Amino acid sequence: MSTPPTPPSDPSDPGRYSGQGAGGVPGQDISGFNPLEPPHGIDPTPAAAVAPPVDPRLLVRQEGFRGYLDEFKRKVRGGELGSLPVVIGLVIIWLIFSLQNSQYFTAANAEFIAYYMVGLGMLAVGLVFVLLLGEIDLSVGSVSGLAAAIYAVLSVEHHWNAWLAVIITLLTGAAIGALQGTIFAKIGVPAFVVTLAGFLGWQGFMLWLLGSTGTINLENKGLNALFSGNSYFLGGQIIGAYLLAIIAVVGFAAGIFTQQRRRKAAGVPYRPTVELLARTAVLAIGAFLVAYVLNQASGVPNNVVIFLALLVICDFVLRRTTYGRKIFAVGGNIEASRRAGISVPMVRISVYAISGTFAALGGLAIAATTNAAGQAGADPNNLMMAIAAAVIGGTSLFGGRGRVWSALLGILVIESINAGLFMLGLTLDIQYMITGAVLLAAVVVDSLSRRTQKSSGRA
Amino acid sequence: MSSPVGSSYARLDGEPVLALRGISKRFGAVQALTDVELEVHKGEVVALVGDNGAGKSTVVKAIAGVHPIDEGQIEWDGRPVSIHRPQDSQHLGVATVYQDLALADNLDVVANLFLGRELTKNGTLDEVGMEKQAQELLDTLSIRIPSVRIPVASLSGGQRQVVAIARSLIGNPKVVILDEPTAALGVEQTAQVLDLVERLRGRDLGVILISHNMVDVRAVADTVAVLRLGRNNGTFPVQQTTQETIIAAITGATDNAVTRRAARGAQRPEGEA
Repeated sequence: MSTPPTPPSDPSDPGRYSGQGAGGVPGQDISGFNPLEPPHGIDPTPAAAVAPPVDPRLLVRQEGFRGYLDEFKRKVRGGELGSLPVVIGLVIIWLIFSLQNSQYFTAANAEFIAYYMVGLGMLAVGLVFVLLLGEIDLSVGSVSGLAAAIYAVLSVEHHWNAWLAVIITLLTGAAIGALQGTIFAKIGVPAFVVTLAGFLGWQGFMLWLLGSTGTINLENKGLNALFSGNSYFLGGQIIGAYLLAIIAVVGFAAGIFTQQRRRKAAGVPYRPTVELLARTAVLAIGAFLVAYVLNQASGVPNNVVIFLALLVICDFVLRRTTYGRKIFAVGGNIEASRRAGISVPMVRISVYAISGTFAALGGLAIAATTNAAGQAGADPNNLMMAIAAAVIGGTSLFGGRGRVWSALLGILVIESINAGLFMLGLTLDIQYMITGAVLLAAVVVDSLSRRTQKSSGRA
Repeated sequence: MSSPVGSSYARLDGEPVLALRGISKRFGAVQALTDVELEVHKGEVVALVGDNGAGKSTVVKAIAGVHPIDEGQIEWDGRPVSIHRPQDSQHLGVATVYQDLALADNLDVVANLFLGRELTKNGTLDEVGMEKQAQELLDTLSIRIPSVRIPVASLSGGQRQVVAIARSLIGNPKVVILDEPTAALGVEQTAQVLDLVERLRGRDLGVILISHNMVDVRAVADTVAVLRLGRNNGTFPVQQTTQETIIAAITGATDNAVTRRAARGAQRPEGEA
């Protein structure tokens, strides 16, 4: 990338930064911050092209590969780990299980992981919204079980239209979330307690709905048919997976190049073309590799397609809309948001409604995997897994930092572990202990990186 | 109380943009403000000084609409107005920068500047437009920050303060209230903020500056309004007033003969309102 020369001390203000000597020496972290790292969720721009007056303490990125390497080292030291620990963890997990069982590193297992991650992944997406506010929603597991029960009762016992039942179910999820959010935001009961009450209450309601039979088998229609295990994109044709990969890559490239053009036209810093091409190439390799692997099995499950589409939509809402900006602002500083005229209660209530909706959708996806709504639907384990997924993926428990993609990354880790443990035939006790340890590790990484960020002035 | 300042500041043309006329405020049994007068003209920096509990913050909150006044009148461009909510004050054109900076640490400078007033294009955030405007605003104020795209968390205290002040200018206010903008700042950062205050005056804004630091006040203020125990205790033109006079007005008493004599000389004519 193009790099302007190291800015000299400002001549109009002699001595202002004289204590810094040769200010702006690359790699010499004088001021403790790294201006080159964009915040999460915001358009990253190379600070190297900042308009004057330039702070002479600004660290500029060096030319070429060396510069990126220096920047990377600085980020890691500053506690901005991003997705790095997760990706490393994922590789280690795959490596360990592949060594233990030759069946692990196969296309069929990849498809198994992809298919089974969706239900919990949707719970995790809703939780990412809540975690961005710095709050928690303990009720998502129970709400997901309740949603499956409501759907089953409406569509099977009362013979409603399947899609109408889905809509009613999702609205119920949203209403439950909004109710909990209102009690939290308007009355001031801590969210932890409100959703803990919901955790118990909605589970009880689900058991009451399911009645004495305890389990209702679902019919293969409506959304349930799309979520079921034998529903593949374009019927599992080879072209289907590649079509999805092409859509993803073209959409991504169109997005970042349009943005570059607009930034260029407006005269604000923009990313160099080489970097954009590199990013597109990385995505293309990943997307086509995944498409190839899934094609080796049966194709891309439709529930994965829906999940990915929802992730794209949520990412757009969080990063590109006023509403998303409000969520980040409330997660960062409630008082500042209030003074800026943001209605904090409305943001809170709507976020809990979103969480409830995703919990309901996740409940439908989970029920579809067994094709039945049963008492196991509200497994408290689901809640822990979903929270673990959001946090493992890199969304901070402290609010204001995170992306919806962390739900995808985190649930990949969780499901990879689950699939491995299942394959090795380990019993539930061992599974719980391992998942607990992984969750603890994720939270420790989150807390440590936050502490490091604070000490390097980035939190 | 008639201000002794008016005549000596001929360049402050005519009507004050904001004037408080005999405002009073009670909190339960406490009479926080009694008949307080204050005038701010275009392009004037009024320093509001006083000891702790003198009522400075209450005056600011009355203007900002946080605490509506009980008695008296607030005039805007000579017209009486009522300020009951923070929005009323904002709509008039008053921007308040509070002591505890109202910035979200996790958002970058651009996002903070436009928080609650984001520019949109086709329903989505116009990041490019906001970044351009932010850069222009910071450039015209000669604010130096490494980049408008770094999180506010990584800025120094002074930089955060100037960003908070710049943020108040996004809505094109006519009066800016700065509540202790230099408290807890170092020498260099204080200088940055004071420079910025002067640039606000250069843009023909009225500025109300609350400060405990007499050096800062003397450096940038045109007029010093002293509050003592919820009442006016003199309004002084900075150029023609000694620091001892102001401090005497703040404390209401002095403990050495020289300052007491000076205080007496300065205070008698203007008197306890």
